[in-house]
Amino acid sequence: MISSDISTVLPEIVLAVYAMLALVGAVYTGKDKVTGLLTWITAAVLVLVGLWIGLGGNGARSAFNGAFIDDSFARFAKVVILLSAAAVLVMSQDYMKRMQLDRFEYPVLVTLAAVGMMMMVSAGDLMALYMGLELQSLSLYVVAALRRDSAKSTEAGLKYFVLGAISSGMLLYGASLVYGFTGTTLFSGVIEVVQAGELSLGLLFGLVFLIIGLAFKVSAVPFHMWTPDVYEGSPTPVTAFFATAPKMAAMGLFARVMFDAFGEATHDWTQIIALLSVASMFLGAVAAIGQTNIKRLMAFSSIAHMGFALMGLAAGTEAGVQAMLIYMTIYVAMNVGTFAFILSMEKDGKPVVQIDALHMYSTREPLKALAMLVLLFSLAGVPPLVGFFGKFYVLMAAVDAGMAWLAVAGVIASVIGAFYYLRIVYYMYFGDEAKAGVDSRVNPVLWGFLMVSALAMLLGVVNLFGIEGPALAAAQTLVR
Amino acid sequence: MLDNILSLITFLPLIAALVLALFLRGEDEAAQTNAKWVALATTVVTFLASLFVIAQFDPSNTGFQFVEERDWILGLKYKMGVDGISVLFVMLTTFLMPITIGACWGVTHRVKEYMIAFLLLETLMLGVFCALDLVLFYLFFEAGLIPMFLIIGIWGGANRIYASFKFFLYTFLGSVLMLVAMIAMFMDAGTTDIPTLLNHEFSAGTLSLFGWQIVGGLQTLLWLAFFASFAVKMPMWPVHTWLPDAHVQAPTAGSVILAAILLKMGGYGFLRFSLPMFPVASDLLAPLVLWMSAIAIVYTSLVAMVQQDMKKLIAYSSVAHMGYVTMGIFAANQQGIDGAIFQMISHGFISGALFLCVGVIYDRMHTRDIDAYGGLVNRMPAYALVFMLFTMANVGLPGTSGFVGEFLTLMGVFQANTWVALIATSGVILSAAYALWLYRRVVFGQLIKESLKSITDMNKRERMLFAPLIFMTLLLGVYPSLVTDIIGPSVAALIEQQQTAVVAFDGTTQMAQH
Repeated sequence: MISSDISTVLPEIVLAVYAMLALVGAVYTGKDKVTGLLTWITAAVLVLVGLWIGLGGNGARSAFNGAFIDDSFARFAKVVILLSAAAVLVMSQDYMKRMQLDRFEYPVLVTLAAVGMMMMVSAGDLMALYMGLELQSLSLYVVAALRRDSAKSTEAGLKYFVLGAISSGMLLYGASLVYGFTGTTLFSGVIEVVQAGELSLGLLFGLVFLIIGLAFKVSAVPFHMWTPDVYEGSPTPVTAFFATAPKMAAMGLFARVMFDAFGEATHDWTQIIALLSVASMFLGAVAAIGQTNIKRLMAFSSIAHMGFALMGLAAGTEAGVQAMLIYMTIYVAMNVGTFAFILSMEKDGKPVVQIDALHMYSTREPLKALAMLVLLFSLAGVPPLVGFFGKFYVLMAAVDAGMAWLAVAGVIASVIGAFYYLRIVYYMYFGDEAKAGVDSRVNPVLWGFLMVSALAMLLGVVNLFGIEGPALAAAQTLVR
Repeated sequence: MLDNILSLITFLPLIAALVLALFLRGEDEAAQTNAKWVALATTVVTFLASLFVIAQFDPSNTGFQFVEERDWILGLKYKMGVDGISVLFVMLTTFLMPITIGACWGVTHRVKEYMIAFLLLETLMLGVFCALDLVLFYLFFEAGLIPMFLIIGIWGGANRIYASFKFFLYTFLGSVLMLVAMIAMFMDAGTTDIPTLLNHEFSAGTLSLFGWQIVGGLQTLLWLAFFASFAVKMPMWPVHTWLPDAHVQAPTAGSVILAAILLKMGGYGFLRFSLPMFPVASDLLAPLVLWMSAIAIVYTSLVAMVQQDMKKLIAYSSVAHMGYVTMGIFAANQQGIDGAIFQMISHGFISGALFLCVGVIYDRMHTRDIDAYGGLVNRMPAYALVFMLFTMANVGLPGTSGFVGEFLTLMGVFQANTWVALIATSGVILSAAYALWLYRRVVFGQLIKESLKSITDMNKRERMLFAPLIFMTLLLGVYPSLVTDIIGPSVAALIEQQQTAVVAFDGTTQMAQH
């Protein structure tokens, strides 16, 4: 029994052990001097574990009496999480070194956060859910405040911590209500109670509080307040990390709770999520228009994108979950490329985050500007770029579920949102040569990520690199 | 070879664009010349290849020809093919592209990118007319916005930023609603295959939505969503306001493409989707379109009359001429639709040529202000002749292709709605007024402006650009059955299908009332 439990959670154990060994190893060797090496090793370990999970294992297994579930949904989410975490780690190295932020704790914390995220998407129990969530969150609070001597970074960390703690409180309160009215913390137990009859009022309250807590984590409106400040204040590589893996994990957890525990009462929560989705799409689109800081802009952009992903969830169907997974994968791939670009923006060795520094970037760096152009149009959801297909899938799921109004709202929001992506294109291509404010130093790693990401957005039109099938399989295991 | 001919001509420009992007280095004069020649050669080869399509095309077959099909994601298909309605648009595009490339020979700013943008645009435009899958159509239709946005924004005039954003957001908003409608069609019919959808009956039973009774039900809703997209693209009054801005700011070659081909996508969409797929809704809403067209024709003609900017004047005149097209399409009879397609083809030549005419003097004087000219005939006799020909064609003088299109559409509309025809006919007079007045102010009179005293007549390159356009305008003017023979059978089949559906629907509603 125990041995099969252990073998099910082996990838998580391996990563957790690796994180602790890395911590101890670094402390006893060179501390910050070994950060470079440690980052590469950590990225390699994350990729290897990702490949291990992705290539090995079929079917669904559970461990610890159902508290931990290893199915194709979890595996899909884990692969995306691990690969994007590895990508962001590698990307951040150069920046961290030059900003003198190359602390050896950073890769260790990212690994621990990744373990937390893997826990989240595999959670089959309210306790496991909370443990995973807190492991991830605590690691993230620390990395947000990584630049200790900067007031903004500290503020970001503190703000994230306080608001995160409130959301955790809400979530715990919801969990306790659910436990109180069902008598179990296991999702499989909760769904049995739900199946038996109408949701009792207490259970409904529990559900709502759970949704609030999760909405905080995916930064859905109206629980998004922390996002712009944290994105702006954190060191840029950390922002890149926030925008990718944790979003996928939170979305995965959201879907997990909704379908595994409340899958028999979809009509009770699809409306709530639809509302979160509409609000996020519109606020993300409108609020980004006035931004001059590209990191804040990306924060609102991610809020809008989360709105679209939630649209898939709001459909409450298998097609909806598949659409959500595809959307999130594409979103993560786009953001890795976009942040590779943002990380390479600098003037006289100092990072630049003002959008208007990009005036006429295309004349100095035609290829990089073109890659960014492709990514921006993809983020805006203009065909034939892959970002369009993400939107197409969720819209289809929404229309299929009888939520045509949500789809119409979504496309209108996407038109509003197109404006601010176009504004960056405007600076890069139609701007004023005299106002240029970015050097054209090229870091090969960032350049590589930017190009690969942009190329993927173009070539994905052929068959989306075959993610359709795995996403469908993942959705099928979740929605029964 | 024959099986893939459509893909070949569609993607040939894309391949050339990639070659330019990857292998051409440098910004010096030699590189610029190379880029231009590569682009020109590609577009000419594409045109020659498309001649092969028209030669092998069988007009009596009303189905799709040269069909090719491959699996794509999500049960969608990569499917291409042409029928009598679309084949001429393919020809129009391939015919005009070499002329467009020739029109940007004088550009010196970022030439390589300019050529890449136009080649990319050609692929996307051809794709729109060849696509036989809803989503594939949407893909090409929307993607065309990206190169056009860049063409206006990078190579445009002083107020280009405003124009490019307006162009993009306006047309984007129109077409996203169409996307939702396409998804709804996919859900309803279970396929995105256009030939199958043409024979699919979408429900037209009255729906109740938020307390509103919607006559024509699903068909009406879908029709409206498609209308939002195509009416903006066309553009129809009152959503035409992006066009004058885009035209004025776009570089000459951009204006030519915009007026000659991009606008036709709207008309093509009406013919491919709205009319045959939602016949009942088209029938119900035809009066709306007819009256909007009539208003467009009169109103934009009047607006054109008071313009100070030559390009703006021609842009408004385009809106008016597109009014004839929408009117003809929704008259839904043989003359009307034949006329509409003819008008689109002919407008492609004429408006393209008119924008080239403006380009010729703009290149010399760097102003489009009508008041800055006058008496050009004294220094530029050849130019005056060409400009005269296309002004007359624009007015609809018999003997030019402009006449045939206007006459046929008006005849079609007369049968459908006499009052609309009456009002629209006044547009013919108004168009004569603004076009001839423009011509008089620019070309005739005394050459008194100092700056114009040294202006030179058209050079060899410019004459060569106009020659094929003059030829086509006159040829179609005296021998219109060249076009109508090709489109006739397909249009007849389309009308018959639409009428059958409408009669059947009327039958069921009458049964229900009894």
